[in-house]
Amino acid sequence: MSLPTENGLRRKNRSSQIKELVIQGALIASSFVAILTTIGIVASLVFEAFRFFDKIPLTEFLFSLEWSPQTAIRADQVGASGKFGVIPLLTGTLLISFIAMLVATPLGLLSAVYLAEFAKAKTRDVVKPLLELLAGIPTVVYGFFAALVVAPIIRATGSGVGFDISSESALAAGLVMGIMLIPFISSLSDDVINAVPQALRDASFGMGATHEETVTKVVIPAATPGIIGSLLLAISRAIGETMIVVMAAGLAANLTLNPFEAVTTMTVQIVTLLTGDQEFDSAKTLAAFAIALFLLILTLGLNIIALRIVDKYKKKYA
Amino acid sequence: MPDYILSTSNRMAKRHAREKRFKWYGRIAIFISIAFLVFMFSAIIFRGASAFQQTKIALDINFSEAIIDPTSSRDPELLKRANYKPIVLQSLSNVIPGITERRDRNRVYKLLSAGAVFDLGEQVAEEPNILGKSKKVWLLASSEVDLFMKGKIDPNISEDLRRLKDRDIKWIEILKSQGRIKKKFNTTLFSSGDSREPEMAGILGAAIGSFFSLLVCFLIAFPLGILTAVYLEEYAKKNFLTNFIEVNINNLAAVPSIVFGLLGLSIFLNFFNLPRSTPLVGGIVLALMTLPTIIIASRSILRSIPQSIRDAALGLGASKTQTTFHHVVPLAMPGMLTGTILGMARALGETAPLLMIGMVAFIVDIPKGITDVATSLPVQIFLWADSPEKGFVERTSAAIIVLLAFLILMNLCAVYLRKRLERRW
Repeated sequence: MSLPTENGLRRKNRSSQIKELVIQGALIASSFVAILTTIGIVASLVFEAFRFFDKIPLTEFLFSLEWSPQTAIRADQVGASGKFGVIPLLTGTLLISFIAMLVATPLGLLSAVYLAEFAKAKTRDVVKPLLELLAGIPTVVYGFFAALVVAPIIRATGSGVGFDISSESALAAGLVMGIMLIPFISSLSDDVINAVPQALRDASFGMGATHEETVTKVVIPAATPGIIGSLLLAISRAIGETMIVVMAAGLAANLTLNPFEAVTTMTVQIVTLLTGDQEFDSAKTLAAFAIALFLLILTLGLNIIALRIVDKYKKKYA
Repeated sequence: MPDYILSTSNRMAKRHAREKRFKWYGRIAIFISIAFLVFMFSAIIFRGASAFQQTKIALDINFSEAIIDPTSSRDPELLKRANYKPIVLQSLSNVIPGITERRDRNRVYKLLSAGAVFDLGEQVAEEPNILGKSKKVWLLASSEVDLFMKGKIDPNISEDLRRLKDRDIKWIEILKSQGRIKKKFNTTLFSSGDSREPEMAGILGAAIGSFFSLLVCFLIAFPLGILTAVYLEEYAKKNFLTNFIEVNINNLAAVPSIVFGLLGLSIFLNFFNLPRSTPLVGGIVLALMTLPTIIIASRSILRSIPQSIRDAALGLGASKTQTTFHHVVPLAMPGMLTGTILGMARALGETAPLLMIGMVAFIVDIPKGITDVATSLPVQIFLWADSPEKGFVERTSAAIIVLLAFLILMNLCAVYLRKRLERRW
């Protein structure tokens, strides 16, 4: 067996150094895909949205109260210019999200508190996966459930008490979306409540408080920032949700806060504008990108605020 | 007993009652949430179970050579497209008495699905020897007959309100009395693509479209996700760039899925001119969507690998890359695979971005590759849910049951992998 020469070692060293560099390069390149995706999303939305704002002024988009997107086939046709006000879409989106949060907040929070503070380990092991199952169901399934099961029930109940409810109501979509959001709120709040230091509870018990008093007067106030963060994340999810509202909420852009009427949302309009035949340069198609940009800013904004709050909270007790 | 003790014990009782009540609120909230889950599942199973059966009608078909293949060419294409209607009509009038008028003949023919003659053609093309013989064949019944057999059409409501008329029902009763009409296992559902006729529609095309999309998604997202996670956990120094990448990934995880669809539409379809409505583009979009999930999961796995493993490898003279790829990554692989499977399960159920890139078209053919036009299971569910035909309701539910079965399977796989291969340090 011959010993390797000094030269040979150096050469081997260099080739392995090159190999290391190549691999590192590949690693860096792959992590740039995330950046590229973000750039791609922002660039495509901004670019198309700017083309839209060339045709329709930004002020009309933001402040007009009417939404009836259409492009004229002839210039002299009735209603030749479409109306592109995002307000009715925004109110529709917020109305449905509000109903959803009305359902999801109490159910999600109470479940989380019970599971984190009162439930036996065995109950937790069974219930937690079941709740998380709700988050794993595809939204198209929720949409089907909302449109074919919940909406008819609501309608029948309404007509039973002599109340006319449209078959595509904000209520059905919001209710079902609320069910979908329960696990988001419960699992995040659960983490947050578990992160409250035991010392706080012990101090409260030591003062003679009951478990319930400890939870409502010590644990929950301490966890409030984290809980608010989890609620904001859920709202952001509700605003961006598409399939449930496409299948159950309807297309009519009514400017209303009545949950029994049909409303439309930003995501529904994006889908309607971009499925089916389209010319790529019409204001109608470009409008979808403007709405999407608006949606992105809204959801990301909520998300960033929520993550900030949760982060701050976690650092407080870390 | 002194007064003050009484009053405190009273207060105590109240405080304990409050605690009991509070616990019940929690239990009720959990109960309602799970009740919703059970209600949803049972509503879907209740609606969808019947779709796994399909009504068929047995007829003695006389495969007359003079009608099917008058030139005796035995050309499979000709045999497939031959005119089977007179033969079927003949068999029908043999079974059901009193059909002489043309109007009646056309009506009774409608008991069968429009696809029944295609099935006959396929059968003859497959075994041409059958020509000239007579054989009992089970043919697909029309959707209306199918619904009636499943008890979903009430014969007692006014005739004007249903498409199946009293006359049709009388004929069905005749067929029933001869044992010629039966519900059999619905093979069409699993063996064909989409169709305008509910009784001929199946989910195979959509399932294969989903499979191809997921394949593309996996091939892109798995390596990219793992390499990114390895870079961020093992190599990257804490600096502005690393921080920027991290913020990016966290934000991408929060972007609504429909926005990814718009990205696919404007970048991959309109800019790179990739073929529209194909699993290729669908897979790329789904990959970009699941990437953050995979990266975040993989990073937490890499973080859980103890430092001592790295130190040992480095101490024995391994380079950084050898340490990472020979020791750390293999140990983290089961966990990273679990994360990937969970991410893919999410991608399988995703609908909205696929609508944006045109995977929402009506497609009968079963896709053969990633560049064929296709749809996917959840999109098929969306399309069927939108169809006005009553026969599609049960099929939509059946497709949902199949989709959920796939999802449960993938999740079980992930759980199994985690239990079996993951190590606790």
